[in-house]
Amino acid sequence: MLVIKDLHAKIDDKEILRGINLEIKPGEVHAIMGPNGSGKSTLSSVLAGNEKFEVNEGSVSFNGKDLLDLAPEDRAREGLFLSFQYPVEIPGVSMVNFMRTAVNEHRKYREEEPYSASEFLKLMREKKKLVEIDSNLTNRSVNEGFSGGEKKKNEIFQMAMLEPKLAILDETDSGLDIDALRVVANGVNKLKSPERSTIVITHYQRLLDHIVPDYVHVLYKGRIVKSAGKELALELEEKGYDWIKKEFED
Amino acid sequence: MAEDQDKILEEVTGGEYKYGFYTDIEMEEFPKGLNEDIIRLISAKKNEPEFMLEFRLKAFRHWLTMKQPNWAHLNIPPIDFQDIIYYAVPKKKPELESMDDVDPELKATFDKLGIPLDEQKVLAGVAVDAVIDSVSVKTTFKETLAEKGIIFCSISEAVQEYPDLVKKYLGSVVPHQDNYFGALNAAVFSDGSFVYIPKGVRCPMELSTYFRINAMNTGQFERTLIVADDDSYVSYLEGCTAPMRDENQLHAAIVEIVAMERAEVKYSTVQNWYPGDKEGKGGIYNFVTKRGICKGDYSKISWTQVETGSAITWKYPSCVLQGDHSVGEFYSVAVTNNYQQADTGTKMIHLGKNTRSLIVSKGVSAGKSQNSYRGLVKVSKKAENARNFSQCDSLLLGDKCGAHTFPYLEIANNSAKVEHEATTSKIGEDQIFYCNQRGLSTEDAVGLIVNGYVKEVINQLPMEFAVEAQKLLQISLEGSVG
Ligand SMILES: Nc1ncnc2c1ncn2[C@@H]1O[C@H](COP(=O)(O)OP(=O)(O)O)[C@@H](O)[C@H]1O
Ligand SMILES: [Mg+2]
Repeated sequence: MLVIKDLHAKIDDKEILRGINLEIKPGEVHAIMGPNGSGKSTLSSVLAGNEKFEVNEGSVSFNGKDLLDLAPEDRAREGLFLSFQYPVEIPGVSMVNFMRTAVNEHRKYREEEPYSASEFLKLMREKKKLVEIDSNLTNRSVNEGFSGGEKKKNEIFQMAMLEPKLAILDETDSGLDIDALRVVANGVNKLKSPERSTIVITHYQRLLDHIVPDYVHVLYKGRIVKSAGKELALELEEKGYDWIKKEFED
Repeated sequence: MAEDQDKILEEVTGGEYKYGFYTDIEMEEFPKGLNEDIIRLISAKKNEPEFMLEFRLKAFRHWLTMKQPNWAHLNIPPIDFQDIIYYAVPKKKPELESMDDVDPELKATFDKLGIPLDEQKVLAGVAVDAVIDSVSVKTTFKETLAEKGIIFCSISEAVQEYPDLVKKYLGSVVPHQDNYFGALNAAVFSDGSFVYIPKGVRCPMELSTYFRINAMNTGQFERTLIVADDDSYVSYLEGCTAPMRDENQLHAAIVEIVAMERAEVKYSTVQNWYPGDKEGKGGIYNFVTKRGICKGDYSKISWTQVETGSAITWKYPSCVLQGDHSVGEFYSVAVTNNYQQADTGTKMIHLGKNTRSLIVSKGVSAGKSQNSYRGLVKVSKKAENARNFSQCDSLLLGDKCGAHTFPYLEIANNSAKVEHEATTSKIGEDQIFYCNQRGLSTEDAVGLIVNGYVKEVINQLPMEFAVEAQKLLQISLEGSVG
């Protein structure tokens, strides 16, 4: 599904990703952990097509397509979804309008008829129930005045609406209380299928208790320095990152 | 990265003007230039009574003593008033009883503009008084309105049919001494619309005028007069487009509104005159004086405008709140792109007791354009308990454009409460990227954000106008979309 080969990316001549290699197969859940500033969000942004970052080496193939060749909106329409670490507010644009435009753009891309207003509202009701999101969040402007937790839940709601093939959750669990964490984890698990893959970027085992990863990777200074099964996350929780840092100090 | 952003914005905002076509209708024109003879000729052509000629000449003589104004934020090249044709009429001026009588070329023009002149759309409840280069061509629904005693006709017709009303109210809100372009208009105005709503009558439909500037080198000087008698209500729509033209064209209109006791007048404008090309060449100069007076107690005048066109716009729809408890409102969206310059805002003059005014102004600037809000809130000595709230927001697309806010306050009564809020924001790269990540193109993202930003004003427009206004915003900002 996703094959990343020797990916390098920089911003303002500062190299942040320094040769990432990663392969994700359909249905897999990969956790990416690592100290702050390692490049986890940069990796998500680069995959999603944020032009702030310049890819200077490497390749990414997504379901057989050259991902780096696609415009950000086409990557989304191809089924790549990013749950942002810091979702932005878009004042004046209602969630309903925003999501309806988004869903119909996806449908148009797949050469399907756009949803009518009533079809769309029905879909929205279903998904709201699925992810247990508060009904009034969708009556407001996109993320405007949302609390941190509401913003994260809203990301999961949008994921449910768009049914991506690959979802990247960038610290979606950070700053969530237990209830919100459960909502997020349930949302992800309910959408799980043999075709859909997930990248979970997190610092905490508590999310991985709910979303059990097939693999855990440690990103450090722009490289994946360690990969193992789910037990690695437990080890990291116990011992912190210092031992890894020591091992890979250059 | 900043360059990329600029490139995107340029693509998104570099829309070509869609209404740039020229209709080949035979015109009867006067020679270029302006003098007393031309004015006498205009008046004679229109078979005007003596008081109208006097009205014009007085204004003209006063205009000669005035100087063209000079505003800090408007870069206005000098206008040669002798190089303008002051009167142009479609030659085959038919008796227009039905649609079949309208010149097919003209009809095609209206069709291209999407103007609801044809019968089906008229049935949708819009009465249209179409103004093309100086003469009102067709008035629809006149009979239905006449049953209620409502007068809706061209101002030329009103001069002939209702001289007393015209004499009483014309120039009563905007006297010719008021300003340079106002004086010019009073001297040479060729046509426009006249509305009178009798006591206690609620006008059953939106009244609408579409202006379109067609002939080469003709300045257009409409004059609109709306009088709403006690306890009446009317909603009036004005829409404008102009074909593409290389030379700048002058437009200096006047709109006067009189609201008597408990009367309410809503005046909405959607203006998309040719703004000039991407280099700033051509385009309409729009110097308009719009003013309403709330003469009676508890009367209300509400201006709503969506301005997307013109090379230069200079426009301050204003309310004189004379009656006690009267209310003035101003809702405005002004979009500028490329080299457009807009200087717009309002004046709220509080004279009566317990008068209230509300100002909501939303500026959107793109390209290398300049967008200024200029507003005056004046509270006179006798205006006890006057209230004003002003909200002036500016949205910038890119970093080559400018937004400016000039609120002026003149408060002569201590009981006044005046509040002003202003914000400036930018469409952020991160907002656009967020939308992109959900599958929206950058164009759609900008359209969505801009429409969200101006919603409060658009919501004031009648339904069919709101839809049109949203489309216009897309067109003026989004290039290939639409
Ligand atoms: N817009 C930016 N401009 C400059 N440096 C940046 C920018 N975004 C991220 N960085 C730098 O890239 C590095 C990785 O950041 P990030 O990907 O956010 O890390 P993580 O998500 O792992 O905490 C950090 O050193 C950060 O300062
Ligand atoms: Mg991060």
